[in-house]
Amino acid sequence: MMGAERISISRFLSLRSGGARINSADALTYLYLTFGTILMFGPVLWLVASSFKTQAGLVKYPPPLLPYQQVQVEVEGFDKALPLFTVTMEDGSSRELAQIRRVGIEARMVDPADPAAGEIKVNIRQREPVEEVKLAWENYLDPLVELENFDFVTYLKNSVVVTTVATAITLVINSMAGFALSKYKFKGRDAIFVLFISTLMIPITVILVPVFLVITSIGWKNNLWGVIIPGAATPTGIFLLRQYMLTIPDELLDAARIDGASEWHIYWRIILPLARPALAVLAIFSVMWRWNDFLWPLIVLSQNDLFTLQVGLNAFQGELQIQWHYVLAMTVVTLLPITLVFAFLQRFITTGIATTGMK
Amino acid sequence: MGESVRKPLRLLNVLEAIARPLLLIPVAVVEFVLTPIQKRVGIDKMGYFFVLPNLLIFGIFVLFPMLLNFYYAMTGGTKLFPQDRPFVGLDNFATLFDCEDFLSPNSCQEDLFWRGISNTIQFVVLQVSGIVLFSLVTALVLNRKIVARGFFRSVFFYPVLLSPVVVALIWKWVLQHEGVLNAIVEIFGGESKRWLLDINWAMFWVVFVSVWALMGFYTLILLAGLQSIPPELYEASSIDGANHWQDFRFVTMPLLMPTMFVVLVLSLIRAVQMFDHIFVLTGGGPGTRTQLMVQYIYTTGFSNQIQLFGLSAAASMVLGISLLVLTLLQLRLGNQSSLA
Repeated sequence: MMGAERISISRFLSLRSGGARINSADALTYLYLTFGTILMFGPVLWLVASSFKTQAGLVKYPPPLLPYQQVQVEVEGFDKALPLFTVTMEDGSSRELAQIRRVGIEARMVDPADPAAGEIKVNIRQREPVEEVKLAWENYLDPLVELENFDFVTYLKNSVVVTTVATAITLVINSMAGFALSKYKFKGRDAIFVLFISTLMIPITVILVPVFLVITSIGWKNNLWGVIIPGAATPTGIFLLRQYMLTIPDELLDAARIDGASEWHIYWRIILPLARPALAVLAIFSVMWRWNDFLWPLIVLSQNDLFTLQVGLNAFQGELQIQWHYVLAMTVVTLLPITLVFAFLQRFITTGIATTGMK
Repeated sequence: MGESVRKPLRLLNVLEAIARPLLLIPVAVVEFVLTPIQKRVGIDKMGYFFVLPNLLIFGIFVLFPMLLNFYYAMTGGTKLFPQDRPFVGLDNFATLFDCEDFLSPNSCQEDLFWRGISNTIQFVVLQVSGIVLFSLVTALVLNRKIVARGFFRSVFFYPVLLSPVVVALIWKWVLQHEGVLNAIVEIFGGESKRWLLDINWAMFWVVFVSVWALMGFYTLILLAGLQSIPPELYEASSIDGANHWQDFRFVTMPLLMPTMFVVLVLSLIRAVQMFDHIFVLTGGGPGTRTQLMVQYIYTTGFSNQIQLFGLSAAASMVLGISLLVLTLLQLRLGNQSSLA
């Protein structure tokens, strides 16, 4: 702990020795942290706050911090609720009146407390809307029901299917390969391992065209399998699992063999349960990769009903008239699962990355 | 990993309890099929079986395409299937490299490609230095004795998990003309701008947003590096009368160097491949100001009306070679720095 403190104090070189130094160093530290927190969390919170504003509320500038909506009141004798305004009367007093309708620069208004008193005509410049903090849940609910060009439920379903199926396949085939490469001696084993690992730095961006050909030849263009399978054989996963399985003692396997266990049995009943921590790390990363995947699904999927959430969201925000109130709400929904996973597994993920150095 | 794995393991247990009964039959079938095979080939050859599924997918979707990419790069036309594509030799590369002056993209036949390269170089230099600088400072700060360290660590790490599309939309909303940034700028007497449409600002914001989104990952790696420095070294240096700058210069920096190197290389390799964030944020605009190499590959091969797969493959080979050079550089310098 002592050491940890010293290293970072060295950053504040301009500050000379003496008791005050620690304090100013601390002050700078917390200033940095406060500023950092605002910068990292602020935009996300702003997105969430904005997503609860109505379409009318979103175009207000400068934007209010909280989602306000005009108060609507039920007035006797009117079917629909009427918007409430504060009106400055000619004598300088102000009253709260509900607007029946607006004609040019003149508003026909009525006193909600005394509707029998009849209509009051007011110049529109004399009235200010009465507002209250109210969440526009319709931004979230409309896309669930029916929204042209944005079928949220389908996109969500596709994303969930891709993420879970791909993660399951990755876990199974990577763990099998890791098992083979760590526990068996066969010809070509090391060559295969080097082959896998050497592609660690070759992203799919380098081979887009030929992979697209392969997918098209199989008939997986506009098919979720075309998104799921190509990235399933992750070199990171093989590396992680192989390294982990190397630490499982061979004697355990030999003992099981003497008891008559088949190799598959050993893999399924001994290796997999023992490799759980590594499998959990890979599972979390795979979920993250797949849920956030963008370029490859963008190429494979051109049919609206097959879009994943990321591709759908991108198409929706790319429309000529961006419907920000829906885009913001759906962005919040998209970041929600990852945020929840993070909230639950925060320590696990951060230590996982620090120890494996992968993302 | 210790106690921190317990929670996910509990989660995994639940999933397992669901999956077990479902998998009972397929697993039994696999075992039934495998047992006679194992009797025939022996135990060690079973390794082939276990590596096979992964090897198949790897072969079909990585290895074969890698080889095929060379062929694509040497064929022309707009057809996808190789048998329909005329062989053109190195024409695609000649097209890409047809420049009067390599320093001015306008003089090139494929000016978008060269603009992509020049933008990518700019972006990589700015983004990597931003990432290295901010993740180092943040790691040093987080490594101090501070209250709620776990919380602050999460704060800086959280954006790493967000999808590029989400990150881009968050910032597109903040940066739009009637957005909150302009409101803040005006409070301080500044002038509101269309940040993402401004030719002088677009690149800055693209870099800024990607540093914002990715720096937490590298901070974490550097923090792990800092925490692995044995405290005895600082005790020793303080006995020798070292001041804090000397501590930092002669203890922290040399011991952190290997980690810094990892950060540098990883961020470099990722920066060269940048696409998602920028594509959603600016679409490469204004004009072509923020269009990078990967976007050129994508546009040329997939989103243009006329799909020039050959040109796209040739450009992707240029990208692949730059990645290869960076990786080799890493291996070389990595060996040197571990020797030093």
